[in-house]
Amino acid sequence: MTEAIMTATVAEEPPLVEARRLRQWFPVGGSLLQRRREMVRAVDEVSFTIARGEVLGLVGESGSGKSTLGRALLRMTDLTDGQILFEGRDITRLGRNALRPIRPRMQFIFQDPFASLNPRMTVRQIVGAPLAIQRPDLGIAARDARIAEALQTVGLSMQYADRYPHEFSGGQRQRICIARALIMEPSFLVADEPVSALDVSIQAQIVNLLIDVRRKLSIAMLFISHDLAVVGHLCDRVAVMYLGRIVEIAPTRELFRRPRHPYTEALFSAVPVPDPTVRRSRVILRGDIPSPLAPPSGCAFRSRCPYVLPECAEAVPSLREVDGGHRTRCIRDDLVLGRPHGGLS
Amino acid sequence: MQGTLGPVGFAMPAAAHAATETVLDVQDLSVTFATENGPLVAVREVSFDLRAGETLALVGESGSGKSVTSLAIMRLTPSASRVKVSGSVQFTDGEGRKRDLLQLDLDAMRRVRGNEISMIFQEPMTSLNPVHRIGDQIAEAVTFHQRVSARAALVRAAELLDQVGISDARRRLSAYPHQLSGGMRQRVMIAMALACNPRVLIADEPTTALDVTVQAQILELLKELQTATGMAVIFVTHNLGVVAEIADRVMVMYAGAIVERGDVVPVMTRPLMPYTQGLLHSVPRLDPDAPGREPLEAIPGNVPDPLQPPPGCAFAPRCRHVEPACEAAVPVLEQADDGRQVRCRRWRAIDEAQR
Repeated sequence: MTEAIMTATVAEEPPLVEARRLRQWFPVGGSLLQRRREMVRAVDEVSFTIARGEVLGLVGESGSGKSTLGRALLRMTDLTDGQILFEGRDITRLGRNALRPIRPRMQFIFQDPFASLNPRMTVRQIVGAPLAIQRPDLGIAARDARIAEALQTVGLSMQYADRYPHEFSGGQRQRICIARALIMEPSFLVADEPVSALDVSIQAQIVNLLIDVRRKLSIAMLFISHDLAVVGHLCDRVAVMYLGRIVEIAPTRELFRRPRHPYTEALFSAVPVPDPTVRRSRVILRGDIPSPLAPPSGCAFRSRCPYVLPECAEAVPSLREVDGGHRTRCIRDDLVLGRPHGGLS
Repeated sequence: MQGTLGPVGFAMPAAAHAATETVLDVQDLSVTFATENGPLVAVREVSFDLRAGETLALVGESGSGKSVTSLAIMRLTPSASRVKVSGSVQFTDGEGRKRDLLQLDLDAMRRVRGNEISMIFQEPMTSLNPVHRIGDQIAEAVTFHQRVSARAALVRAAELLDQVGISDARRRLSAYPHQLSGGMRQRVMIAMALACNPRVLIADEPTTALDVTVQAQILELLKELQTATGMAVIFVTHNLGVVAEIADRVMVMYAGAIVERGDVVPVMTRPLMPYTQGLLHSVPRLDPDAPGREPLEAIPGNVPDPLQPPPGCAFAPRCRHVEPACEAAVPVLEQADDGRQVRCRRWRAIDEAQR
């Protein structure tokens, strides 16, 4: 019931983030003498919205463009084409200075908590850095109060404030990264594989922290991950990317109950289930993701798709709606695809 | 890309009795590193056996000692002045000869490595030489152990590539590692490891760096190759899904010691050690009907500092079933039912309460 109420309020409000036909192409190869350059379409024609407080999961294999999309959304790159609206404002072409007042509202959490913390800075300096830039007017006491609050939110106390990153475990470092992202009270967070580098028992702690953070602060999130189980646990909706395009997007439960794109089915099927008594028939994809320099014509997935038809080569399928909020880029409506198997819990 | 096993190469496992034959018998293996802050015991009196044709999964988090255990078996731990390895590793070769690998001189050990016992690692890019063609790298593994011509070794390399499911193997021989995808590189590593029909393959997180779709391919490939060759596999991983998929038996390590061991089905469906239980509960399931957005049952805290291990059970500080007695002495590895061993003095009471 709460879900119904949430969707109702969400429908009335304008989205917090809106991506319209985003394109992020990168030139590769070429040289001074050889002018003709090829383009990698890392992100191509990607459109979606994220409501206030909503968590959108983004899954796909490496090379599918999910990290590029996350970075593009926060304007860490210059888009090739398309439009990004954040809090109702077009930020696509804003320059460095114009972006500065918006930056605190959108934050990024990286995968590797070892590489994303400066080893020469204390926790106080790391977590306080955004404040030092954005709010130089704050006094030391006021700044420390905000740092303490951010640390407390992520389950660390101020007694750690003068320690250096190397004194912390991987899970604690990721907490520090999250505190740094939260201190400016953002409305939108892009988390790029935030638990992938952590041990299993620590992953659960950080997933719980993110659930807690979103519940308390109602922050919207783009949660990028290759771990479908984590995504299913944390996200309201999930988008599946393949070779730079979204091939399926749906409310999490919809997607898990009835995937509509063969690639989604294959991803689900590939996830090993921690239950040795489950013996499943598997859809094992052959080969690797094709080179983004020369994607197959028509449906990019057709070279690996077990259900391919001759028509699939003709044109890029559109991302069409098959059910309320459930869209797929597959032309076949006759397929009943396998849903994931949970195994014993 | 899923290769069919050609008629070439591998000898079939001798007979049905091979399944019970022990190829590795590890007794009281301990590895201690000398550090500036004193001795660090990375592996503590680990004993286990590995039978021909089986897959033994070594499960644990970083710092549990699972990788150091496999490196110690291969004698690949750093130089002796800083590392003390004790115990014994009895290896039974194809002719039934038994040898303690820890006592072999370096030359004899070099003839074992890559020949009778092979290893593959997590990151295939760092294990391959970037400036040599993959054909030459595989052929080197062949010529190092066998008296064959360079030409014959290359032919063998092409066979091996074919066997690990790389299409157009002959042409691929001249490829450099950077021209291959992550999954392909791992296939090349496997081809190299299998070059001399090893009795034992130690796979240290071989699929961790790969996408799930490619991971599924590699696991399938390893299973096929194992069926064809009868080799025993030690599979080091932290991924419980992979364990369920590939293992016959499981050994769970925590803070350098074995805390639970047994057949894969009992260990994963009715774990006895609270740490194993905690690990299994902390992974989210791909369940379409799961409620979601509820907190996971995380294990609180962190693994203990290996330089200052707790006096009693290493897991006690994080265990929800802890009693004062747990912190007094290190519990022994007890025999439980269904051939299981568990290092917990409370396992009976905990198991009873959970039934």
